[in-house]
Amino acid sequence: MMSSTNFIALKSILHKEVHRFMRIWVQTLVPPAITISLYFVIFGSLIGSRIGQMGGFDYMSFIVPGLIMMSVITNSYSNVASSFFSAKWQRNVEEMLVAPVPNWVIVAGYVGGGMSRGILVGCIVTLIALFFTDIQIHNIWVILLTVSLTSAVFALGGLINAVFAGSFDDISIIPTFVLTPLTYLGGVFYSISLLPPFWQGVSQINPIVYMVNAFRYGFLGISDVELSTAFTVLGIFIIGLWATAMYLIKKGIGLRS
Amino acid sequence: MTPALEIKDLQKIYKGDFHALKGISLSVEQGDFFALLGPNGAGKSTTIGVITSLVNKTSGTVKVFGHDIDKALETAKSFIGLVPQEFNFNQFESLTRILVNQAGYYGVERNIAHKRAEKYLKQLDLWEKRDTPARMLSGGMKRRLMIARALMHEPKVLILDEPTAGVDIELRRSMWEFLRELNAEGITIILTTHYLEEAEMLCRNIAIIDNGQIVENTSMKQLLATLDIETFILDLPANSIQATLNDFSYRQIDDHTLEVDVKKTQGLNSVFAQLSEQGVQVLSMRNKSNRLEELFVRLVANKEPAA
Repeated sequence: MMSSTNFIALKSILHKEVHRFMRIWVQTLVPPAITISLYFVIFGSLIGSRIGQMGGFDYMSFIVPGLIMMSVITNSYSNVASSFFSAKWQRNVEEMLVAPVPNWVIVAGYVGGGMSRGILVGCIVTLIALFFTDIQIHNIWVILLTVSLTSAVFALGGLINAVFAGSFDDISIIPTFVLTPLTYLGGVFYSISLLPPFWQGVSQINPIVYMVNAFRYGFLGISDVELSTAFTVLGIFIIGLWATAMYLIKKGIGLRS
Repeated sequence: MTPALEIKDLQKIYKGDFHALKGISLSVEQGDFFALLGPNGAGKSTTIGVITSLVNKTSGTVKVFGHDIDKALETAKSFIGLVPQEFNFNQFESLTRILVNQAGYYGVERNIAHKRAEKYLKQLDLWEKRDTPARMLSGGMKRRLMIARALMHEPKVLILDEPTAGVDIELRRSMWEFLRELNAEGITIILTTHYLEEAEMLCRNIAIIDNGQIVENTSMKQLLATLDIETFILDLPANSIQATLNDFSYRQIDDHTLEVDVKKTQGLNSVFAQLSEQGVQVLSMRNKSNRLEELFVRLVANKEPAA
């Protein structure tokens, strides 16, 4: 059971994290809104109208869940990566390390902060999408569960990235060279059933395919993968990344001499 | 009574085989004002790092109020307030937020934390700056902010690593007064400093570290009592004659300055008597250097570990 001391410590880290991205909202909330608006205009309205239907829905409706998920992924990841690395760089991470804060509270606090920003940006993008198309909801619980688990996965990823990072360049390498390609190839803009069999097989090792499809199922009721498989993949990633993050913080990798 | 801090045979070997601590043992009693001195790179900050869990020790034991950091780390940490040598707060946050968040990490509710933040910001003359981002503060203000932050959970032992480095004399003296008040309230204080005058004025007990070993660990009184020679500088009128002093080691620095080494057994009367006989007037007199500084230099030069 969580002691009141740990609960207050967790609230403090969460409070600090949410305040951080709200304080710099021009850097954290506005850019994804503008970027996703451009996607809606270009891929949805301009090009989408020529593409026709995808998976039985007009192209704009098809890409909306993927674009929301894309913004959730990038924002939950980058929030923790930049915040935790900045705390390391300014050494104010020591404020937590010298205090009686258990490692799991530190990890949960930062992950909670990353999830908050990811989900908030997801809500903003959803509101913007309403200007371009009607949004239908097939199963709200699948939407909420998928967005929560996915943001947790990438917040944990961002934390691990920040632990290893030695410079600000190191926290942009993974998003640029790993996250962006995986997201673009993760079925945001197309159904993987359109790919040749070989590339369909390759796509199945991309975890983002499962997240995007589970999320799309919540809105449209269609998916390229089994829902149970998608949640199993999410569960495995969360357990694996949580264990890794806990091990790194306990060992003090990049934090203690 | 359980010591506030008890360290036994503490060793730290960094990567690359650098042996930073070579078996340090020391004990700090509750309520003490303790000085940890040593030249740069002697192992002071590493010792503090191990106590506060910022540095992983290689071997040895550390107990804070009887709680072993290997067995009850979080309890041990809850007793300690740390004022580190380097500024390590979020430069973009306001002072109040820094303090309230820090209290939260120790389980202090936000409404209580806000009251404590007000109390310490006022005591340390930072109240007017409470909503200012920390990066806008002067160096002295940043040092005081770190002291306020370390006090937010009302620790039983306060560890200060060079707290007055780069602080002007007036502010340094007001910080000394504040630390004395905290100590009088019962907080154990452990201080590392380069200003030996500071250690001599504030601390009751002292340990000197050199090259990862304790070379002296005693009370300030006892340590100063071992000093058997003091050097005095006598200011004479300009163009004074060359004075002669029997039984004293002395140096005529120039025509108006005389430097005399005085053993404890000799006293100063004989110096004045001899100078009077020669018609040399003494305008003023002062110690050549801080007494503790002389001992420190001698102990560190000897490099002999304490038994």
